[in-house]
Amino acid sequence: MFKKTALAAALGAAALVGASQAQAADYVVDTEGQHAFVQFKINHLGFSYILGNFESFEGQFHYDPENLEAASVEMEVDVTSLNSNHAERDRHFLSDDFLSAGDFPTATFVSTGFAPTGEGEGTLTGELTLKGETREIEMPVTLMGEGEDPWGAYRAGFEGSTMLTLGDFGIDMSAFPEVMHELELYVTFEGIRQ
Amino acid sequence: MWRNTRSGWGIVSILLHWLSAVTIVGLFALGWWMTGLGYFDAWYNLAPWWHRSIGLLLLFATLARLVWRFANPTPAGQGSRLEQLAAHLGHVLLYVLLLVVMVSGYLISTARGRGISVFDWFEVPALISGLPNQESIAGEIHWYAAVALMVLAGGHALAALKHHVIDRHDTLTRMLSPSRSRRG
Repeated sequence: MFKKTALAAALGAAALVGASQAQAADYVVDTEGQHAFVQFKINHLGFSYILGNFESFEGQFHYDPENLEAASVEMEVDVTSLNSNHAERDRHFLSDDFLSAGDFPTATFVSTGFAPTGEGEGTLTGELTLKGETREIEMPVTLMGEGEDPWGAYRAGFEGSTMLTLGDFGIDMSAFPEVMHELELYVTFEGIRQ
Repeated sequence: MWRNTRSGWGIVSILLHWLSAVTIVGLFALGWWMTGLGYFDAWYNLAPWWHRSIGLLLLFATLARLVWRFANPTPAGQGSRLEQLAAHLGHVLLYVLLLVVMVSGYLISTARGRGISVFDWFEVPALISGLPNQESIAGEIHWYAAVALMVLAGGHALAALKHHVIDRHDTLTRMLSPSRSRRG
């Protein structure tokens, strides 16, 4: 009985501590530990998928568990850091046939709103600028977890994905099969609370 | 007549020179043509395969050629001292551009750490990879150095013709026949 009480008290204290840790704050995407990934997935002629990363990017977000609608995210991606593990293919993607990365080396995302849709889930709306074209996109996002890490920082981590229509961003896929006209953008990252 | 002398080129040098010349011009033409191919063209993958394979064999041949050049006498220069100096600088620049073109080409295909297959006989491993924008920067250097090489090679050919037609030197015939290297 005493043990149960002690255990309950300990759990209660931990919960209180946990609760007091969650607060409105600014976070920086953890690119130093690289607990952050920006990936794309695109169909290859109907045979398989090509997967690739953008290896170099940075971002920050504002997250308040008590006021989710005020959440905001900003990301800046170095398009030239594209890596699909094939040098000639990466050159082709970066060329004027697709991304024109020489002229547009940076892609950005700036959120304009967030609408919660459930427990730890919501839809992020924002402006994606790619190849010089800015379009509003929506991305369903999941909060995967938040809390203190073993090394003294507080983290919040997310994942989200959305389909992009490449033609919207001036990337002409008309010579390719219909299945290749859209690309899936997948992101997962942890932010370290500042 | 295999080796060079102060009065003529030996057979080895002559063969290396002309085989290289034909290969270099051929690779430029192939390279330029293949970058104009579309994703759905039948030669889209095959042309680069030929281009890389021949290019790497040319790289090995050029390195051997340089060793041969330094292990042999060089035939005496012709024309005025200024012409000889210009010729020497031009030839050095030809070698430099040639090596820059071939090494930059190598660095394009190996940028992700993958080796390059030579006609599926063997693979040349990637020695330098993962440099920032390696495939793109190497690609730019490869193209511009190749164009510069073609321009300089054109000037090289014109200069040889100038020696032959205008000056009536045996500059060109020296590179066509090893007979002059027979005399010590």
